[in-house]
Amino acid sequence: MNPTRRNFLRASGGTVVASVLGFNVQKAYAQAQELKIARTTETRSTCPYCSVSCGVIIHTLGDKAKNVTAQVVHVEGDPDHPINRGTLCPKGSSLMQDILNDRRLLKPQVRRPGSDHWEDIGWDQAYNEIARHIKKTRDETFITTDAQGRSVNRLESIAWNGGCTDTNEFNYLVVKTMRSLGVCFLENQARV
Amino acid sequence: MTNGWIDIKNTDMMLIMGGNPAENHPCGFKWPIEAKRQRNAKMIVVDPRFTRTAAVADLFLQIRAGSDIAFLGGVIHYALENGRVAKEYLVNYTNAAFVIREGFKLPEDGLYSGFDPSAQTYNKATWNYQESGGKAAPTENTPPLLPPNVDFDPALENPRCVYQLLKQQYSRYTPEMVERITGIPKDQFLKAADLFTSIRKDGDTKQVATIIYAVGWTQHTFGSQIIRTAAMLQLLLGNVGRAGGGVNALRGHSNIQGATDMAGIFDNLPGYLKVPTPADGNFAGWMKRITPTASKPKDWESWNYWSNTPKFAVSLLKSMYGAAATKENDWAYAYLPKVDREYSWAHIWDDMYRGNVKGLLAFGMNGVAIGPNSQKNIDALKKADWLVVCDLYPEETSSFWQSPGVPPEEKKSIQTEVYRLPGAGFAEKDGTFVNSARWLQWKWAAVPPPGDAKLDQEILTRIFLKVRELYQKEGGKFPDPIVNLAWNYTDPENPSLAEVAKELNGRALGDVTDPATQQVIKAGQQLPGFAFLRDDGSTASGNWLWCGSWTEAGALIQRRGTDDPSGLGIYPNWGWSWPMNRRVLYNRASCDLNGKPWDSGRRQVWWNEAQKRWVGNDVPDFKPDSQPKDHMGPFIMNPEGVGRLFVPLGGMADGPFPEHYEPFESPIANPLHPSQSNNPVVKKFSTNLDKYGTSAEGYAIVCTTYRLTEHYHYWTKNNPMNVELVPEMFVEIPVELANELGIIGGEPVKVTSARATYHAKAMVTRRIRPMTIDGKKVYQIGLPIHQGYRGIQEDAGRVPRSIANLLSPTVTDPNAYTPEFKGFLVKLEKA
Repeated sequence: MNPTRRNFLRASGGTVVASVLGFNVQKAYAQAQELKIARTTETRSTCPYCSVSCGVIIHTLGDKAKNVTAQVVHVEGDPDHPINRGTLCPKGSSLMQDILNDRRLLKPQVRRPGSDHWEDIGWDQAYNEIARHIKKTRDETFITTDAQGRSVNRLESIAWNGGCTDTNEFNYLVVKTMRSLGVCFLENQARV
Repeated sequence: MTNGWIDIKNTDMMLIMGGNPAENHPCGFKWPIEAKRQRNAKMIVVDPRFTRTAAVADLFLQIRAGSDIAFLGGVIHYALENGRVAKEYLVNYTNAAFVIREGFKLPEDGLYSGFDPSAQTYNKATWNYQESGGKAAPTENTPPLLPPNVDFDPALENPRCVYQLLKQQYSRYTPEMVERITGIPKDQFLKAADLFTSIRKDGDTKQVATIIYAVGWTQHTFGSQIIRTAAMLQLLLGNVGRAGGGVNALRGHSNIQGATDMAGIFDNLPGYLKVPTPADGNFAGWMKRITPTASKPKDWESWNYWSNTPKFAVSLLKSMYGAAATKENDWAYAYLPKVDREYSWAHIWDDMYRGNVKGLLAFGMNGVAIGPNSQKNIDALKKADWLVVCDLYPEETSSFWQSPGVPPEEKKSIQTEVYRLPGAGFAEKDGTFVNSARWLQWKWAAVPPPGDAKLDQEILTRIFLKVRELYQKEGGKFPDPIVNLAWNYTDPENPSLAEVAKELNGRALGDVTDPATQQVIKAGQQLPGFAFLRDDGSTASGNWLWCGSWTEAGALIQRRGTDDPSGLGIYPNWGWSWPMNRRVLYNRASCDLNGKPWDSGRRQVWWNEAQKRWVGNDVPDFKPDSQPKDHMGPFIMNPEGVGRLFVPLGGMADGPFPEHYEPFESPIANPLHPSQSNNPVVKKFSTNLDKYGTSAEGYAIVCTTYRLTEHYHYWTKNNPMNVELVPEMFVEIPVELANELGIIGGEPVKVTSARATYHAKAMVTRRIRPMTIDGKKVYQIGLPIHQGYRGIQEDAGRVPRSIANLLSPTVTDPNAYTPEFKGFLVKLEKA
């Protein structure tokens, strides 16, 4: 096995340290904590910010047994990634606080017409209401033929705004669904 | 990027302009530094501010925002005057020798031939090549096409050949003119032009230069033409296709390259297929319009790879509609919307403000903060019937009805129903992003979404399936594409992105045989590459450009091979790069006419005479068995087979060569042609909220916007660590301007444009100096953009609830439809 950085870090939790250093560190060693990432699961991901595409490793704890949810304990740059070589910028370095963030939206909500507050709404009801909005708007405004009588089958009253971290696969589902509705105003961060 | 991040280490010369990678792409910036350290490469940085990129440059020039074409045109002029061009490359790999038809006129007065002032568009019939043999040009009443046989003069002496016209066009871009427009003193400009073109000194063909840019170039009313000017300079110097060369967009978001490939924009379908128009009539008519035919000198060859367009389009429709797309029903052509107007970003908000767009679905896209002209976007949302936002944090768009300036009583009159749905973050989702080097890299999900949040694909899918159910039960307008959309995922309510990735690559629907090798792909198998796509319905592929990414060999996008045998930073087994894992586009151009690399030290691909094939360290971006003597052009996606110094016909909306126009709001009249100061085909808007300012009205300061290293757009204002690093936004103000206005660093100031006022603190700096533009003293100021009205600091009332893009104008580039976020006019006051 090649002595990679992570293997070394793991091994250094054991007695190998004493022999490498050549003097007795038993006392210090007894007080050293086991590394936080020693028993984590490593998941390879890509930083969601700029387009350098730095490889990141997300460390999670949790044995993946039933009813146990993995917990993120550390995020670091992937030293194997040919572009970033383990480095991360101030934004990439704070990714753990993006994953574990108490400002995250945790439940669907709706603001009713004329209202001054958000109300909770169940997912199923949200899906039903949104689908009804889409169908109503589409049926009222769908354009089958243009002024010259040519077939156009287009919808100019519903717009899609896609984000910069939407994956390619998600974006393909957007093209499939939105174009099938006839959506013309299909745009993305890519434009701006 | 034509090249890639690591490839920058192979360069000898860098021009970094319209971008600030040291601060905005810090982990990619190690590669320019590597080039400096290992190759002694030189770095020229041109920017309105002395940035941290500028701090490590060999030469820094401060430029006025929006004058980039004048600078680059000046460098082209210098290269031509001093013989600093790659002659063999220029003659054989570009359209320099092509002859342009009679009647074409250069824009000495600011206008090319064919301008129609009433429609504000060009009739582009004269923007064309001359047919070989001096045959009459096509008559004006037929739709103009490129001639199949082009008249050309390899001696480059014909006064109407592209090379001579190019010389004439940029002869006006003298160092004196560059100084008047850009504010860069003549001697400094000459130093930069000499340094950049020094790679071609004394006929050297070994050295390579790269050009690196970002949204400092794209966000102008002539942004596409700035990038064209850079591409032309690189073609003149023979730098495209070569390791360490190319035209390289840094890109500021993790998947906007992928979103463009996947047609997240109104005018494309996946793989850059142009959307159908009402005039196309049927599938054949659509194909006829969007499939180019070769146009070249008689004795040259052109692969014209877009001639395969029908294969890509049929495979896409088979992927989308499966069995419902048949030859008999024109591959379900009727299902696609037909468009003949612009539906770009700025138009969404304009049409919503006018009451035409009634519903908006925004997934991870904060249109209010992104702007431009944020107040118009807010007021547009007030008029919508409904809004669905899927995001991670409370953000400005879903909270538009709570924005500053909306009094409680107005809320009652805002009838928009707003759904705010909790989506999943990057760590909770798998799938691929495409980086700026065109690499597709799979990421794996580490944790489930928190609370009741859901995966975005599940949210979108369940909305769609509910709509479909309603159409199945109740009928309605044109339900066919909705009910017939192929949706054969194992879990139809929550499609696995791995399944979608395989669908994007595509598979054989019947047995497909490669005529050259007799290799058979059996029905149901994943296709090995886009050469196997067919236009008879026997293949399906969601995006032809990514065909080859998930084959029978497995998910190439998941590869993690760390070997780099050539040492050029190609990493052929890491992830997968479109097209067909080629890491440098147009790499045939890295060799001379005989197929021998220009530089034996940086061998990418080459012609192997024994094998009669192109081989190499990279995958040849070329017809593999095309012999050098056949003179096939390296630019296989152009019908000419060569790079375009001159863009014929409809390629560009505003001219075959770039011309300097002033930003829409400018402190001066264009010194080249004061009577035609702006881009004549610029797209401006006309609602009561679309106001544009002039210096006469007191808007005399040039304002530009940018990002900080510590923040990302409007997300990290929710992240405690980033907020701690930079807790509040500021306005960068030149010391001299601050002194004139009596502003002290740290004081609150307000910046006002014709549209709105923005509040932040003053940061008095020497990083931006006063400039002399056409004899006039001009100040520039800079705004980092990361403030909004929802965030840790905003919610705590510690910073102004104010968005930088309240200031920016809705006025767009006629080619890419990108708004002019850079270089608009403002006034500055103490708050």
